[in-house]
Amino acid sequence: MDTIDQIAAQPEDAEKDSSVPAVAVEDLHKSFGTQRVLNGISLTVKRGETLAVLGRSGTGKSVLLRLIIGLQNPDSGSVRIHGQDIAGLALDDLGEIRKKMGFLFQHAALYDSLTVEENVAFPLQHHKQEMSKSEQADRVGKLLEEVGMEGALQKMPSDISGGMQKRVGLARALALEPDILLLDEPTAGLDPISSGEIDDLILKLQAEHHMASVVVTHDLHSAKAIADRLALLNEGKVVIEGSFEELQNSDIEFVREFLKHS
Amino acid sequence: MIDKKFTALAGVNPPQPEKGILLDAPLANPSPGSISKFLEWFGDLGIFFWRVARATVTPPFEFRELFRQLDEIGSQSLPLVALAGAATGVVLSLEARYSLTRFGAKSLLPAAIVFSVIHETGPIITGLVVSGRVGAGIGAELASMKVTEQIDAVEASAVNPYKLLAVPRILACILMLPLLTLAADLCGLVMGWVAQALVEPLSFHQFINSGFKGADFNDFLPPTFKTAVFGLIIGLIACFQGMRTQGGAAGVGRAATSSVVLSSLFVILADVVLVKLILIFFP
Repeated sequence: MDTIDQIAAQPEDAEKDSSVPAVAVEDLHKSFGTQRVLNGISLTVKRGETLAVLGRSGTGKSVLLRLIIGLQNPDSGSVRIHGQDIAGLALDDLGEIRKKMGFLFQHAALYDSLTVEENVAFPLQHHKQEMSKSEQADRVGKLLEEVGMEGALQKMPSDISGGMQKRVGLARALALEPDILLLDEPTAGLDPISSGEIDDLILKLQAEHHMASVVVTHDLHSAKAIADRLALLNEGKVVIEGSFEELQNSDIEFVREFLKHS
Repeated sequence: MIDKKFTALAGVNPPQPEKGILLDAPLANPSPGSISKFLEWFGDLGIFFWRVARATVTPPFEFRELFRQLDEIGSQSLPLVALAGAATGVVLSLEARYSLTRFGAKSLLPAAIVFSVIHETGPIITGLVVSGRVGAGIGAELASMKVTEQIDAVEASAVNPYKLLAVPRILACILMLPLLTLAADLCGLVMGWVAQALVEPLSFHQFINSGFKGADFNDFLPPTFKTAVFGLIIGLIACFQGMRTQGGAAGVGRAATSSVVLSSLFVILADVVLVKLILIFFP
């Protein structure tokens, strides 16, 4: 039987063990009232890998991300982060896991009463108390520089465009140097040029930070550009999972239909 | 065991209402279905209270946010509470003068004003004014954060939203209500005296001496400190309604309305219980 010390050490060991997937969801089910959204989803994402989850609107892509970070609980099935099942964890324990994850919300979800600088500093102020104010300010400056928003420190979220908000949201998601990045429709609502810029930015950040990423999108071009693997959802199930070429060569009717209209 | 129970409820958002249901509706139109919804609402409120209570006693503490809320809820409400207290003092003076003169007890006028203000009208007026101003403000602010996923963003950043958002607001309400009551009492007494002095010359010194004759601390402290309970009710209900909002702009409106309606109602109901308890324990 494992001792308490061994049990406590397990998640950290799993993080170092490259054979343990960064994210593993297994047989995930989720319904809202009578509407079944996820119907037995199983996916894994390895360290340093990017998985794009595609599908029509309303197929539960965003719900999948919310289940992975524990914002909602599945009806059944499991979510493992670095091998640790997050079901049944107390809020504080879940918090420790969330510190290793960054989340970019579909509409950026910047705190509207805080400036751009304060938004990015928010995770640091709460979890990096050992950093001095000037160190925190330096880190915020570097993050905003990475996403090309260094000139907007004192602006309020309402004063910047949707694309800029996503960049700031991305900087905030990276503040705690996460191992796992979850991106909910990073290019939704953006013009083609801004979408391309966000894709380039995600690729650059992935190359620099070597994170495991799950990108939820309905933008096939964006998915092709930034993902190593793609998973296509329909009616709460994974229809196909593989490279873009595998999707292109698929005989499954829904896959062909989806690719035809993308 | 308690941890496990808390856990199952913890990593997720607060209990959600059914879409489109105004939570004060069960009170307006009681029926078997709405009564069960109301009981369900009470259960969810109990779970919310448990989470907030737990977050209140576990470090780290959000002192900066608490001080911001003390200013927002206390200082910003002061003018409104003072004005309401002053108006109440004038009305009490006019009404009491008319009634007491009719019954030949005009000499009791200062005592009637003082006792009415410090026993009941000061605390209840403060509770209702704050539930209107602060309840709506907290409900709308948190509801707006909820529908724009800002509360989810707080949680995704591994920060406990109960600790950051609910605890400082509720504590600020609890701490500021007794202080605001003192302000309402003072303004009520001063304006009660002014209203009387305009009709019949009387010094403030005489008014206070005559008014407080026979009064002791039991007449003053329990009614003032009972407003801390009003603060708990206002803060708890407004945070609860705000953090469980659904449904965009309409949901924000519903949260603000139901925060005011429910907190005002429960302040009045709590007052009935508290007055009885004060009469029993501080005769």
